Amino acid sequence: MTRLAIRYDVVIVGGGPGGMSAAIGALEAGADRVLIVDREIELGGILNQCIHNGFGLHHFGEELTGPEYASRLIEELLDHRIDVATDSYVLDVDADRTLTVASPSTGITRVQAGAVVLAMGARERTRGAIRIPGSRPSGIMTAGLAQKFVNQLGYLPGRRAVILGSGDIGLIMARRLALEDVEVHGVYELMPHANGLTRNIVQCLHDFDIPLHLSTTVVGIEGSRRLERVAVAPVDENFEPDLARATEIECDTLLVSIGLIPENELSAKLGLRMDPTTGGPVVSSTMETSRDGVFAAGNVVHIHDLVDFVSQEALLAGRCAGEFATGRSRPADNIRLLAGANVASIVPHTISSDREHVVYLRVRRSMEKSWLRLGEVYEKRLRYVVPAEMVSLKVRPRFLENFHGDALKIDIVPREEPGGDDE
Amino acid sequence: MIEITHYLCIGCPLGCRLEVEEDEMGAVVEVRGHSCRKGKDFAEREHHDPRRMVTTTVAVHNGVWARLPVHTTAEVPKDMVREIVRYLRSLEAAAPVERGQLMVADVLGTGADVVASRGLDAE
Repeated sequence: MTRLAIRYDVVIVGGGPGGMSAAIGALEAGADRVLIVDREIELGGILNQCIHNGFGLHHFGEELTGPEYASRLIEELLDHRIDVATDSYVLDVDADRTLTVASPSTGITRVQAGAVVLAMGARERTRGAIRIPGSRPSGIMTAGLAQKFVNQLGYLPGRRAVILGSGDIGLIMARRLALEDVEVHGVYELMPHANGLTRNIVQCLHDFDIPLHLSTTVVGIEGSRRLERVAVAPVDENFEPDLARATEIECDTLLVSIGLIPENELSAKLGLRMDPTTGGPVVSSTMETSRDGVFAAGNVVHIHDLVDFVSQEALLAGRCAGEFATGRSRPADNIRLLAGANVASIVPHTISSDREHVVYLRVRRSMEKSWLRLGEVYEKRLRYVVPAEMVSLKVRPRFLENFHGDALKIDIVPREEPGGDDE
Repeated sequence: MIEITHYLCIGCPLGCRLEVEEDEMGAVVEVRGHSCRKGKDFAEREHHDPRRMVTTTVAVHNGVWARLPVHTTAEVPKDMVREIVRYLRSLEAAAPVERGQLMVADVLGTGADVVASRGLDAE
């Protein structure tokens, strides 16, 4: 149990990879009183239940399992004196950066922060979000909850499972259940393409002979106490199911893996300006939100596909929070970034022409050879873009030397050049 | 008889559909469908000796969690993955455990060790 101080330089809400990386950034920037608050019993966040490998190639330069990635960050933090309040919940953050922290062991505490970093991550969308008709028996849960049951609590969710949604968590859980000798009937995906990484299609589904049914969804649920069967049906190009072709599958478990929603209850209470395309707060190039001294990073800002990018973004947020708390600041942003052709969202929302930035984009639809254009100041060849994989763009000061406007549009447009070679 | 086997490349989001052609003697005649060197290498490796890392859990007694995540220290032949996981399921560790602690040496004769992916305190 940590007895909290009254004042900290930087308080970080959330002890997952984002929060821990932000703490490291804040320490690097010279903040010496840093607090992480997390509702779990230990640091690490969702990484602790992601026991598979494939993490860390970008950030640590080697392939790690989720718990190893978390442990690396935890060990890095242990080298410093920081406070960690686990089993604790931030109820409220005021505009003057006073946080109300609740915990079963220490009760309600108010702490004053020089700067705050929001790193609450994301929640999974549930059955209710897509309104699957039918009864409400037990046996229906999100893929991430099933992951926690199997990998940490040691329970199997059932014996015969159907998975709805081909996102990476769904694919990983299809393999995980198959390895535990649960019969996995198949993965059903509304879209005409899989949402997860090709690597996971091969190593989680093909390796275990688990079929992937595209353009197909769950249209009915039956069972009074326990799930007994689901009905699945193909959908047309407008995603309307053809109920005449519905078939029934006997199963006791339905896992839904249908996307993540940034966790922004606190952001809403703070009245932060939000971006409807990302579901997270609007942020500057220092990852500062519309409230002075309140920064944000990781899945709370936009859903990432790789934890490595969460770490990199959060290191920056933590450094800037540390600078803010110790009375330093970087020149304010002078250029807004606007989403143009085939760009669904951009983070950060503004940049400054005096320094280098990494800008993350998500595209609306898949495109083979394309140009990524930053206004008229820079273009680069992209080989292949898909909505499931974030595109990153390094914006260097030299691109902006002769640019004097206040907004730049980013477009991703088809590139047609016969015989043109790829990067 | 010429035999053609298909693989899906995992090198990048392009997901090339790879074909490996073999002659009567089982020698690779040609790899097709790849668009880069990585794809060709992947097809050859998948064809001759497909290997995977194993990540699973071991039951743990008296820990803050009921399961300890573990992984192999090297890739093992793909067709041994299920057997290794079943074997590991029969074990029980006792907390506390340190990160990297050896759980099984040379698991089922594969030459790979199984180690703890994290430390786990006693409850």
